[in-house]
Amino acid sequence: MNLTLLILIPLLTAVAILFSKELKQVRAIALGGALIQLLLAFVFLYLYLQARAGGNNSPMLFEDNYAWFTALHINYHVGVDGISLAMILLTALVVVAGVLVSWTMENMNKEFFFLLLLLSLGAYGFFISLDLFTMFFFLELSVIPKFLLIGIWGSGKKEYSGMKLALMLMGGSALVFIGLAGLYFNTAVAGGSYTFDLMEIAALDIPVDVQKIFFPFAFLGFGIFTAIFPFHTWVPDGHASAPTAASMFLAGISMKLGGYGCLRVATFLMPEGAEAWSWVIILLSTIAIIYGAFATMMQTDLKYINAYSSVSHCGFVLLGIGMLTQTSITGAVLQMVSHGLMTALFFAAIGMIYSRTHTRQVAQLGGLLKVMPFISSVFVIAGLCSLGLPGFSGFVAEMTVFMGSWQNPDPWYRLATILACASIVVTAVYILRATGKTIMGPINDNHKMIGDAGWNEKLAALLLISGIVVIGVVPFWLNDLIQPGTTLIMTKFFK
Amino acid sequence: MSTYLYIALIPLLPLVSFLLLGLFGRKYFRSSAGALGTMALAASTIISFAAAYQYFFIDGKADGIYQKIVPFSVSWLPFSESLSIDMGVLLDPISIMMLVVVSFVSLMVHIFSLGYMKGEERFSTYYSFLSLFTFSMLGLVLSSNIFQIYMFWELVGVSSFLLIGFYFDKPTAVAAAKKAFIVTRFADFGFLVGILILSYYSNTLDFPTLIEKLSDPGSEASLAISSAGFLGISAFTWALALVFMGGAGKSAMFPLHIWLPDAMEGPTPVSALIHAATMVVAGVYLVARLFPVFSTNDTALTLISYTGVISALIAAIIACTQTDIKRVLAYSTMSQIGYMMFALGLNPESGDNNLGYMASMFHLFTHAFFKSLLFLGAGAIIHFVHSNDMRDMGGLRKWMPLTHATFLIACLAIAGIPPFAGFFSKEEILLAAYDSNMIIYFIALITGALTAFYMFRLYFSIFWNKDSTHTADHGEGPLSMKVPLVILAIFTLVAGLLPFSEYITANGAPIETHINLGFSIAPVLLAITGTILAGWLYKTPGDKPAKLAAALGGLYRAAYHKFYIDEIYLFITKKVLFNLVGKPAAWFDRNIVDGTMNGMAAVTAKISWLTKGIQNGRVQSYALWFFGGVAALSVLFIYLWK
Repeated sequence: MNLTLLILIPLLTAVAILFSKELKQVRAIALGGALIQLLLAFVFLYLYLQARAGGNNSPMLFEDNYAWFTALHINYHVGVDGISLAMILLTALVVVAGVLVSWTMENMNKEFFFLLLLLSLGAYGFFISLDLFTMFFFLELSVIPKFLLIGIWGSGKKEYSGMKLALMLMGGSALVFIGLAGLYFNTAVAGGSYTFDLMEIAALDIPVDVQKIFFPFAFLGFGIFTAIFPFHTWVPDGHASAPTAASMFLAGISMKLGGYGCLRVATFLMPEGAEAWSWVIILLSTIAIIYGAFATMMQTDLKYINAYSSVSHCGFVLLGIGMLTQTSITGAVLQMVSHGLMTALFFAAIGMIYSRTHTRQVAQLGGLLKVMPFISSVFVIAGLCSLGLPGFSGFVAEMTVFMGSWQNPDPWYRLATILACASIVVTAVYILRATGKTIMGPINDNHKMIGDAGWNEKLAALLLISGIVVIGVVPFWLNDLIQPGTTLIMTKFFK
Repeated sequence: MSTYLYIALIPLLPLVSFLLLGLFGRKYFRSSAGALGTMALAASTIISFAAAYQYFFIDGKADGIYQKIVPFSVSWLPFSESLSIDMGVLLDPISIMMLVVVSFVSLMVHIFSLGYMKGEERFSTYYSFLSLFTFSMLGLVLSSNIFQIYMFWELVGVSSFLLIGFYFDKPTAVAAAKKAFIVTRFADFGFLVGILILSYYSNTLDFPTLIEKLSDPGSEASLAISSAGFLGISAFTWALALVFMGGAGKSAMFPLHIWLPDAMEGPTPVSALIHAATMVVAGVYLVARLFPVFSTNDTALTLISYTGVISALIAAIIACTQTDIKRVLAYSTMSQIGYMMFALGLNPESGDNNLGYMASMFHLFTHAFFKSLLFLGAGAIIHFVHSNDMRDMGGLRKWMPLTHATFLIACLAIAGIPPFAGFFSKEEILLAAYDSNMIIYFIALITGALTAFYMFRLYFSIFWNKDSTHTADHGEGPLSMKVPLVILAIFTLVAGLLPFSEYITANGAPIETHINLGFSIAPVLLAITGTILAGWLYKTPGDKPAKLAAALGGLYRAAYHKFYIDEIYLFITKKVLFNLVGKPAAWFDRNIVDGTMNGMAAVTAKISWLTKGIQNGRVQSYALWFFGGVAALSVLFIYLWK
C-alpha cells in the first residue's frame, strides 16, 4: 500500500466537493471521503501489525522516497511507525465525526467542507512525512484553513480570534523553520551532504552546541501549536469563535501536530538539546497544567471551559516529553490520542447543546438531562474522560505520564509530577461544576421543548466514544503499537 | 488454583447488567430492570457464597494457614518491564469475606429497591447505576494490583457520585454528589502519589510482591524506601501516610468526612449500600490489604489509630445532636468506621498475628449487616412518613411493627448489647485497645456510651415519644421491602456468634479469643446507661432534651453545627482557592499573558501604520524618493571621491 493515498484521498474529495452542487451532494462526498480515509487508516493499521508480526523491524514502514527539489535536498519522503499511525487513526476518526456534526451546515457549505478536508490533508501529510521540509510544508498547509474557518463561519469576535490564531501559529512556524534550518545547515558537519531527511539526521551526531541553540526554536515553535505556556492564548479565543467542526479539528488534530513535532523533530533529532532544556519544558508544562486548570475553574462559557482545560491537558503531553523517560513519552503519545478524541467529543457535545439552546453560558443552562438524555450523556462521558475516570482513555494516558514522570528521579521533577497529579483534583472540580450546572439541576423554562440528538450527531458521538472506550478498556494494543516508536526515540538517549 | 476462575463471574455479572440496563434500559427494560439487576446479583451472591465455602472449608488452607491465592492475573497496561497494571484476582480471607458482604448486602438493597423505587421515572437507570457500583466494589475487593484497586476505587467513587446525584434536578443532591466526589478525589490524589512512591522503591505494583518486599524491614526495597526522605520524614512513612489519606477519604475519616452526611441526599437504599456497608469501608479494607506493610511502620500506625479514634468520638458527639435520621446514621457510620480504623492501627506486642486486625475485620463484617438494616429501616420509615426529620415522627411502633422490631435489633447490635452482633466485634476491638493503648481504650469506651445514647435517642424519637397522627394511606411497605429487613435482622442476630478468629486473621493462622466476662462489664454497663438516659429523655415528649441542650450551651451548639468543619472547608475552597488562586489566574491570563500578545500585535500594527506612508502606491512620490536618493548618493560619492 502506498502512504500517499492518505494525502490523495482528502485531496480528491476536496476537489470533488468544489465541483458538486448543493449541500446534499457536498456532504455525501465529504462523508464518503472521510469514511474511505478511516477505512484506509485501519487497513494501514492492519498491514502494519502484520508486518511487525512478520518480523519486520525497520523503524519506518511503507516508506516512499522521491526527490522533490534536489538543489536544497528536499525529498518527498514518507513512512510511518506506530506513533504516526496512532495519530493517523485519531485524525481519521475526528474527521468523520467532524463531517457528521456539520451535516446541516447551510452557509457556504461547499467552501466549508473543502477547507475541512484541506485541513485534514495537512494533518495527514504532516504525520506521514519523514522529510523536515515536507513536514513543514504540510504544517503550514493546515494553518490557513483554520483562519478561514474561524473568520467566515465563526461566532463572536471571530475576526480577532482567527487573526490571533493565524498569527500565533505563523509565529510558531517561523520558530520551527529556524530550528529546521539550523538542523539542515549542520547536517554536513559530520562529513555528509546537507539533508532534510529525518531518518538521516537521526543517524547523525549533530554537535551538542548546535542542538542547544536550535532545540528551543523547534520545541517552542511546535509547542505553540500545542498551547505551551505562555503562548496558549490563541486556544481559548480560537476555540470559542470557531464553528463546532473546526473546534473539533483544532483541538483534536491541530494541537496534536505540535506535540508530534516536539517529539519527532525536536526531541528525536536533538536529544542533547532536549536534555539541556528539559527543565524549562517541565517548568512551562507544569505551569500550564496547574494554571490552566485553575483558569478553567473560573470560566463561564462552555467552550472556554473546554479550551482552557485543553491547555491543562496538553500540558501533560509536554510534561511527558520533557521527562524524557520511555514511559513518560509513551504517556505523552497516549495523551495526544486520548485528548484528541475526548476534546473533539466535548466540543461536539457543546456544539449540539449550543445549536439547541443558543447559549453556551453555564449560568443560563441547567437540567438538560431531562430534555436531551443522549447529548447529556455524551457530555458527561466526555467530562468523566477528562477527569481521568478509569475505563476511558484519559485515565490510561494520564497514569502513564505520571508513572513515567516519576521514573525521573530528580527531586524537582518529582515535585512537578506531584503538582501535575494534584491537577486531577482541580479537573474534577471544574468538570463537576460544569456538569452540575448544565446537565443536572433545575431546567431553564425556555429549554423545556428542545429535542435530543439527530442520527448524524449520535453517530459522530458514538464513533468518538468508542475510540475513548476501546483505549480505556483495552489499552495494551495501543501501548504495543507505539512501543517500537518510543523505543526508537529512546535509543537516542542511551547511546 | 484455576478452580477459582469462576470468581471472575462475580463482578462480571453486575457489569453485564450495567451495560444492558445502561444502554438499552430506557427502551426495553423499563419495568423489568429491577428483576434483571436483582437476578444478576442473586447469581453473583450465590457464587460468592460458593467461593467462600470452597476457600474456607475445602482448599484455602495449607499447613493450617489460609493462603493468598492469585488464580489469574493479566497484564493490562504495562508501564515498564516490571511495572504494569494487571487485572487479576487476589483471594485471601478478607477478600472472600468482602465478596460475601458486598454481594449479599447489595442483593438485599436490590430487593428492597424493587419496592422503594417503584414508579420512579428513571427506574432502569437506577438499577444500572446500582449494578455499576456493585461491579466496581467487587472489582475493588478482588484487586491483586495496587493500581487495579486504584482504578476500581475511582469507579466506585463515580458510581457513588451518580447515585447521590440520582435526583439530579434537586440542587442539594447535585451539590452533595459533587462534594462527595471532590473530597474523595482530593484524598485519592494522596493515594496516587503514595502508589508512585511505593512502586518506585519496590519496583512492582502487584500486591503479593509489594507486600513481600516491603513488609520485611531487611529487604533491599525496605531499606531504600526507609532511608530516602523528605522534610525529615522517611519516604516510607510519606508513602503510607498518603495511601492512608486515600483510605481516610473514602472511609470518611476526620477531617475528610464532610462529604458523608451530605451524601444522604441519595435514595435511602443507596445510602444503605454505599454509604454504610460497602464503599465507606473501602478505606479500612485498603489498610487491611496492606496491613503487613503498615505494621512495620509505627508512625503510620499511630496516625491510623488516632485518626480512627478521633473520628469515632467526634462523629458520636455530633450524632447526638442531629435531627435528620439519615444524618444521625451517617455520623454513626463514621464513628463505627473509626472503630475499625483505630483497631487496625493498634500496635501489638504479640508479633504478626494481630488481634486488632481480626477485631477490625470482624466489626466491619457485623457492622455491614446491622448498619444496612438500620438504613433500610430508615428507608421504610421515610417511605411511610415522607420526611427525614425525626421531629416529624413518633409513635410509629403501632404503624410499623416489623420495622420497629428489626430496627430495635439493629440498635441493640450497634450499641454493643449482648448477644447481638455488635457486642462481640466491639468487645474484640476494646480488648485489642486495652492491650496496647489505654488512651484509645478510654476514648473508645466513652464513644460506646455515646453510641448507645444517640441510637436510642433515634429509636425512641421514631417509635415512641409523641403519638403519631398518621393516617395510614398505605401500609408498612410491600413484601420486597419487608423481606430484606427480616433477613438482615437474622444476620444481625447470628453474625456475632461466628467463630471469626478462626478464619480471618492477619497472617491466616487462627487465633484464640474468648470473651472475658469481667472485661465486658464496663462497656456493657456504659451502653445500658446510654440507653436508659436516651429512654428517659426521649421516650415521652417533653422539654427535657431542650433543657439539657441549653445546659450544655456552647458544646451543644458546636456539635449541632458539626464543629463548624464545613464552614472551615468552605472558607478554604471558596475564599482562598477561588478568590485567591482561581480568579487571579483567570485574570492574569486574560490581561497579562494575553495582554502581552495583544500588545505585541498592537505595536506591530502601530509600526506598520507609521511606515505604511512610504508604500503609498503613488508613482510620483516613489519617483521623488528615487531621485532624492540618487541626488543624496551622488552628493555622498562626490564628497568621498574628493
